[in-house]
Amino acid sequence: MKLTKTLLASTALTVAAGMANADGHMANEMTIVSWGGAYSNSQQKAYHDPYMAATGISIINDESSPEAVAKLRAMNEAGNITWDLVDVEAADAIRLCDEGLAMEIDHDEVLAPAPDGTPASDDFGDTIASDCFIPQIVFSTTFGYRTDMVPEGAEPPTSACDVFEIEKYPGKRALNKRPIANMEWALLCDGVAYEDVYDVLETEEGQARAFAKLDTIKDQTIWWSAGAETPQLLADGEIFMGSTFNGRLFSVIAEQGQPVGMAWDWQMFDLDGWIVPTGLSDDRLARVMDYLKVSTDTQRLADQAKYISYGPARASSAPLVGQHAELGIDMAPHMPTDPNNAENTFVNNYEWWADYRDDLDAKFQAWLTQ
Amino acid sequence: MAALTPISRTPVSFYVPMVAAAGAFAGLLVGTAQGSSFIGIVVGALLMGALAFAMTQLVTAEKPVRWALTLLLAVAGFAMAGLAAGIIGALFGWFFGWFTFWLFEGRYRAYVAPYLTAGQVLWHYTFRVICGAILVFLITPILVVMPLSFNAQDFFTFTPEMLRFDPAGYSLKHYEDFFTNSDWQGALANSVKIAPMATLLSVSFGTLAAIGLSQQHVPFRRAIMAILISPMIVPLIISAAGMYFFYSRIGLQGTYMGVVLAHAALGIPFVIITVTATLVGFDNSLTRAAANMGAGPVTTFFRVQMPLILPGVISGGLFAFITSFDEVVVVLFVGSAGQKTLPWQMFTGLREQISPTILAVATILVIISIALLTVVELLRRRSERLRGMSPA
Repeated sequence: MKLTKTLLASTALTVAAGMANADGHMANEMTIVSWGGAYSNSQQKAYHDPYMAATGISIINDESSPEAVAKLRAMNEAGNITWDLVDVEAADAIRLCDEGLAMEIDHDEVLAPAPDGTPASDDFGDTIASDCFIPQIVFSTTFGYRTDMVPEGAEPPTSACDVFEIEKYPGKRALNKRPIANMEWALLCDGVAYEDVYDVLETEEGQARAFAKLDTIKDQTIWWSAGAETPQLLADGEIFMGSTFNGRLFSVIAEQGQPVGMAWDWQMFDLDGWIVPTGLSDDRLARVMDYLKVSTDTQRLADQAKYISYGPARASSAPLVGQHAELGIDMAPHMPTDPNNAENTFVNNYEWWADYRDDLDAKFQAWLTQ
Repeated sequence: MAALTPISRTPVSFYVPMVAAAGAFAGLLVGTAQGSSFIGIVVGALLMGALAFAMTQLVTAEKPVRWALTLLLAVAGFAMAGLAAGIIGALFGWFFGWFTFWLFEGRYRAYVAPYLTAGQVLWHYTFRVICGAILVFLITPILVVMPLSFNAQDFFTFTPEMLRFDPAGYSLKHYEDFFTNSDWQGALANSVKIAPMATLLSVSFGTLAAIGLSQQHVPFRRAIMAILISPMIVPLIISAAGMYFFYSRIGLQGTYMGVVLAHAALGIPFVIITVTATLVGFDNSLTRAAANMGAGPVTTFFRVQMPLILPGVISGGLFAFITSFDEVVVVLFVGSAGQKTLPWQMFTGLREQISPTILAVATILVIISIALLTVVELLRRRSERLRGMSPA
């Protein structure tokens, strides 16, 4: 019967193709976990592509950083670590380090010194938030607003505190659906001094005060969970202003040409970098360490800034930051670290958050559903 | 359909308020879009009521009047907000022209039984409107995606250019991105490698299981059936977490075969269900007749049973294929970055960069799904025809 023969033939083909795909683990592969999108793209161009060309090792990208902590816990339990290097925020690095899921690193031994010979630990300086953490970039969470929706006669917003000025700037807002940054801004804009914010936030009254401040704009706020949402809402004209990572806003303004401006003041600084999972075999570990040494040197970190407006974590990289790879504009003025952008900068206290995160997360989610 | 009831013109006191009510509803939509629902309702009701009265009482020629109304509202819409509004206005005009005369001439009565009361006639049409509204509700989200995928911008936004039907507002760049970007092409290649293999396994095991379970003498048939179709009932996230830990221990996590096996497990229930349904109409005396003439069980299966149940097998296979092709939860757990499938890539794309490339892919997938479902439907008809022909 003809149909049966056709079926048998296609079956045989599928099986043959399937067998050809049943690959073993390639000896020369490395799985690197990051955030995806424009950020992964910048790493691909600045770190991965040159490294693959130089060594012949192939790098597989996994965009699982948002759930890195949970997945690493599961891998550890299952005894099957499939990741070689993971990109996380500083607070997550501290958590993973405390749980023993990330390896402690001797920064001076593993990482390359600055071109002038300054040891890595001095070159990175304060950005080394944890013994397991190899910093890459300084980014900030800051506000963008629709320039064409600024009410007539009003000055455009300049500061994070303008998000609470519901009378002056009517319209919807977008804020991150987690307590980090929102709680600090709420207290700061309610009149708490910058130095005292975390002390106040430790107390019950302080938390109540922050929630009360957030209550004033709660019914006008859309809560986002992915960095891409605020740019989308701004492009739609759905919101007047919203918080997101500064690199996203740079892309909306410079690359997409949307009518959006930035309110830099009281931007929230945070760090992002690598951790190495514990439990890698010796040959995998050797490969990762070699990659780390190359990809975090002074020139590589400066190169990344050609593709995305995040500041390199090394002091020695800052003078090397050049122009955008495609648009040819100077990147230095778009860096969160540029002194002209913000009069005031809020430095996120990752250690404080590593301790209080679980508790405040629960309270914040409960408050959201009220 | 022939007319059931003789019709006659209705009084002004009936059709003018009805048209005015519909006008109020249309006014609500337009008014809300313009910023004031209340004014929209009042203006819509008054305008449409007056127009209905004028069209039926002052002029007598139906066709020219209806064309005039369509044109009038099209021009009004165009003057208000450009080409798109003009088209919407023309649609409104066409609808209200038809609606007015439909009521005025009493045509709404023609195709319902003569003995129905006014209330029953009203319900007859209300029911149709409700059904239509449900269809619109189900299909709109899918339809909205399609024009957005031709957006010239990198956001999920109907730009002013798009609404003006300006060609500059449209582009194929997201389709181009899909076909040239290595991330998307890699994901497509993985999906194309995984889905057929998973389908093959599901179909082989599912068909065998269905045939076995349709034999009267198999013990614990119901219990076995329940276990085999459990992947369809257990929440996917539970299966996925379980598979993750199980496959990790036996070295299948993060491998091509692991993902194929996981998807096969998800696809088997569909094959079992469709094949079992086909077997209900299968005449077992055919297999006995084949055995009587000296055919072994394998020959009987391939020469007699398989051709008859083939439509069920193929439609089960298509469901298994779509399951594997659309599945995101299990592959996130069981796969590693090397097995990133299309849905996985769409999931991360949606989370990390809301790019209309996802919409372009979604449009392509919708078209593929429609094609596959058409095949299923054609096979079902063939199966019905065959069963009609088989001896009772």
